Amino acid sequence: MRKNIVLCGVGGQGTVLASRLISAAAMAKGLPVMSAETIGMAQRGGSVFSHLRLGDNVYSPMIARGEADLILGFEPGEAVRMLPYLKPGGQVVVSNRAVMPVTASLSGAAYRAEDMLSFLRDHVERLMVVDAERALAEVGSSKVLNLILLGAALESGALGLTEEDLRNAILEKIPEKFHALNLKALEWAKQEE
Amino acid sequence: MHREFLMGNEAIALGALAAGVNLVCGYPGTPSTEVLETVAKRRSEGVYVEWSVNEKTAMEMAGGAAYAGARALVTMKQMGLNVAADPLMCLSYIGVKGGLVVLVADDPGPISSQTEQDSRTFAAFSKAPLFDPSSAQEAYDMIQAAFDFSEAHQTPVFLRPTTRVSHGYADIRVKDPEEYTVNTPEGFVKDSSRWVIFPRLSYQNHIKIEKRNALLQDTLSDCPFNQILPGPGRKGVAASGISYTYVMEARRQLGDMPLFKVGVPFPFPEKLAKDFLSGLDEVLCVEELDPVLERSLTYVCGKYGLKTKIYGKLTGHTPAAGENTRDGVKAALSAFLGIPQAQDTAPALPPLPVRPPVLCAGCPHRASFYAVKQAMKGQKTIFCGDIGCYTLGNAQPLDMVDTCLCMGAGLGIAQAVNHLDKDTRCFAFVGDSTFFASAIPGVVNAVYNQAEFTLIVLDNSTTAMTGHQPHPGTGKTMMGEIVEKVSIEGVLRGIGVQTVETVDPLNHALSVETVKRVSAQPGVKAVIFKSPCVVLAKPQGRATVDQAKCVGCKKCIREIGCPALSFADGKAVIDPGQCVGCSLCGQLCPAGAILGR
Repeated sequence: MRKNIVLCGVGGQGTVLASRLISAAAMAKGLPVMSAETIGMAQRGGSVFSHLRLGDNVYSPMIARGEADLILGFEPGEAVRMLPYLKPGGQVVVSNRAVMPVTASLSGAAYRAEDMLSFLRDHVERLMVVDAERALAEVGSSKVLNLILLGAALESGALGLTEEDLRNAILEKIPEKFHALNLKALEWAKQEE
Repeated sequence: MHREFLMGNEAIALGALAAGVNLVCGYPGTPSTEVLETVAKRRSEGVYVEWSVNEKTAMEMAGGAAYAGARALVTMKQMGLNVAADPLMCLSYIGVKGGLVVLVADDPGPISSQTEQDSRTFAAFSKAPLFDPSSAQEAYDMIQAAFDFSEAHQTPVFLRPTTRVSHGYADIRVKDPEEYTVNTPEGFVKDSSRWVIFPRLSYQNHIKIEKRNALLQDTLSDCPFNQILPGPGRKGVAASGISYTYVMEARRQLGDMPLFKVGVPFPFPEKLAKDFLSGLDEVLCVEELDPVLERSLTYVCGKYGLKTKIYGKLTGHTPAAGENTRDGVKAALSAFLGIPQAQDTAPALPPLPVRPPVLCAGCPHRASFYAVKQAMKGQKTIFCGDIGCYTLGNAQPLDMVDTCLCMGAGLGIAQAVNHLDKDTRCFAFVGDSTFFASAIPGVVNAVYNQAEFTLIVLDNSTTAMTGHQPHPGTGKTMMGEIVEKVSIEGVLRGIGVQTVETVDPLNHALSVETVKRVSAQPGVKAVIFKSPCVVLAKPQGRATVDQAKCVGCKKCIREIGCPALSFADGKAVIDPGQCVGCSLCGQLCPAGAILGR
């Protein structure tokens, strides 16, 4: 199996942990893993990404345009920004909730999540939009968007991993007191079918 | 041996431990920081590790350890090498006994740096060999080889990863602790003919170094990190660092052209380069930052009368600045090889939100900047910024950073401006870690030379931008000790600054009043804004907007630019996921509509 996955969002949304969980799950299956991500100044509210490459014969941790099997968008505008990386027929899983940049609040030129989502609908065949507001309310925490999106990616079938793989990664990588909450978030997408 | 999923920087740290490193020191700087942090986490009992106060001190520590026969690693980012240049240059002339590896992480882009300087060029300038890894695995292997090389040739040796190598993750093969080399330092042995640098000794050593480096060119031609990968055709490619992996990925689609992988670019492996060039008509160099391979190969062509044409940055075939990408490298290779590229079918994107990095919601720096801004309203001012999270104070609407040069530079700039223009109220802002690293000489200079300016110390009790490292003011060391804190206020008073006041920036009215009063004093004076970094501190609560009271004036949004604040349906809205209850917005709301912490 070879998978190229792009995770993208805004600094502070939890993309790094999601990337770590996928990596741990893939490694547990014996798959070689390479990844690269934004660290440093951009983490303070800037656009951030992780590139994840699972499988053999990979030289570079970076993904090229048109090469991603899956884009996991934590924010609709950021998913659009990364769209050139999607391969033809690739899957996009995206949160419907926009994070407004401070610049937009200042100028009054707030951008609309709906514009981004409709662009995605027009250009992506395999698109799954997650109702983040409702999901977070139902799970009961504002901090688990990453696990909700991972669960949705599982449902989409594009992740190449099973729920069992990710459950084990959660148990291994996340402190015990957060296990129940994170597992609940991971399972949220299932009951949406 | 076992396999482990490691960041490049973690791999480097484990490689150093495997090589039997005895002492590790450095100063935090993206993208180098995790090397030392990993050593601290994974070290065995006998390994000494510290965050030094700055890179110069760290380099001197590492030099001292190497004098005593220890294996020493010193870590920094490329800007840090400028700070450490003085001891490094001298160490290069004096030489070492134990292995000394200088880990300096370069930052093409730049992604989080002031310059795009290339440490390969610095290595040539300092005459010390440099290893340039292309992956986490190679970085792990190289640092072990670098220690041996340093000891064998009695010289400091550079290991120079770039951001994508330092911060890329891979599962790699690493040694088990039982397989680690054990190095027991002999201790310092007196020999003033060796360890005391004098002009005569420098002259003699200079001759030796040039002779050694000429020989090393041959040695390195047989080094496995430098390699020719064969391929058909008369057009070849030379590549180094992460760019080598981009070329390898492109070869899948473009075919196996002859490839020269340069893992040790200084001293340049001339013999191997000559072998590579003979039989080739043209060579494209794929590298980041300076055209080091391009210049070296051009030199080899001239020296040996080869007709091969060398292309790269100098000839406009690859970009002069910025980070390489897989797509960019593939496009340059396609053009060079004359292979038509498939049309990019990606749709044109709609206008996307611009997201410059901002101070976190509730960041005390925001409150500090805002207090100074309010206190100095209507006056002729200069606000000299510095390097750290607080550089982000330049963003609208705060707009409180008029200059930013390098660590500690704001103090010098503020003093000079006041000497030339007495009517300008001059301020220098500096963080707590930066204060210890590079601001103290600036304060001494100001007091001695009768400068007139206000020093603002933004003390959030951590080195925040690089990921919260301890420093002398935190009272914690990387060896896990709790020690006496070095007091910023005490240091300032000791230097002779008469007025030093400490205030909580989240108390807005008191902060404004303090800045007004202190800055009106003559000479050098200081305000220390003390409030912990919000990433580390427990949230104090959460503010909410009373929608009935909010008059929609947008003052909160217009004045402080907090990312938790936005505007919807004519009213201010606070994002509960981001707000930490700093209460600054509540203190400035004219309608009293923002409630609670």
